[in-house]
Amino acid sequence: MERFAFSLSAKPIDGSALRAAMFNEAAGAFCGFEGWVRDHNDDRAVLRLQYEAYEALALKQGQAIVEAAGAEFEIVAARAVHRMGELAIGDMAVWVGVTAAHRKAAFVACQAIIDRIKQDVPIWKKELYRDAPHRWIGSDK
Amino acid sequence: MITVHVTYFGALKERRGLGRERRETSARSPAELYAELAMAYPLSLDAAHVRFAVDDAFVDAQAPLTDGAHVALMPPVAGG
Repeated sequence: MERFAFSLSAKPIDGSALRAAMFNEAAGAFCGFEGWVRDHNDDRAVLRLQYEAYEALALKQGQAIVEAAGAEFEIVAARAVHRMGELAIGDMAVWVGVTAAHRKAAFVACQAIIDRIKQDVPIWKKELYRDAPHRWIGSDK
Repeated sequence: MITVHVTYFGALKERRGLGRERRETSARSPAELYAELAMAYPLSLDAAHVRFAVDDAFVDAQAPLTDGAHVALMPPVAGG
């Protein structure tokens, strides 16, 4: 796999396999982030959620984000995977892994990557609730 | 008039009731196209929150629209 890679996955994300594939003898640090589906949002009981993406642009944006992190921070590799389709409570929605020679760059790059994914990758989330109509997050404006 | 291929995502797709359509328009920019569509359908999203792409690249709301362009209308993104 490429050192800097972003992908979308219709299947469950296997975080431990992704982490294991990051091993590199030049890396002294690994920092990972996992986003999980939680059972509530704004006091609403969440049953499940659905992600959809503008695939061509999401892949382009996501790849640009991990590559920019490689240029900006002293890291060895960075990979991120975002789940698509229908997810249940506890499922992994997003995975980010960064390796670096030292911990500081790994922490900072990992946070920057997940923040930028949330801000700039065209992915949308529909939440379905137990006692209320579904909502598209961020679209009631 | 030009013909554009419109793709809707997320809440906009749901509110429009379809994901794609071909449309004849006199709009000269994505912003004008969105204004036209928002008059015709209950898209219910303030234009200030909509992002646009033409041919799979983000563009400014005032970018020029040309005949045959593939225009994507995107609500605020919500990944993660």
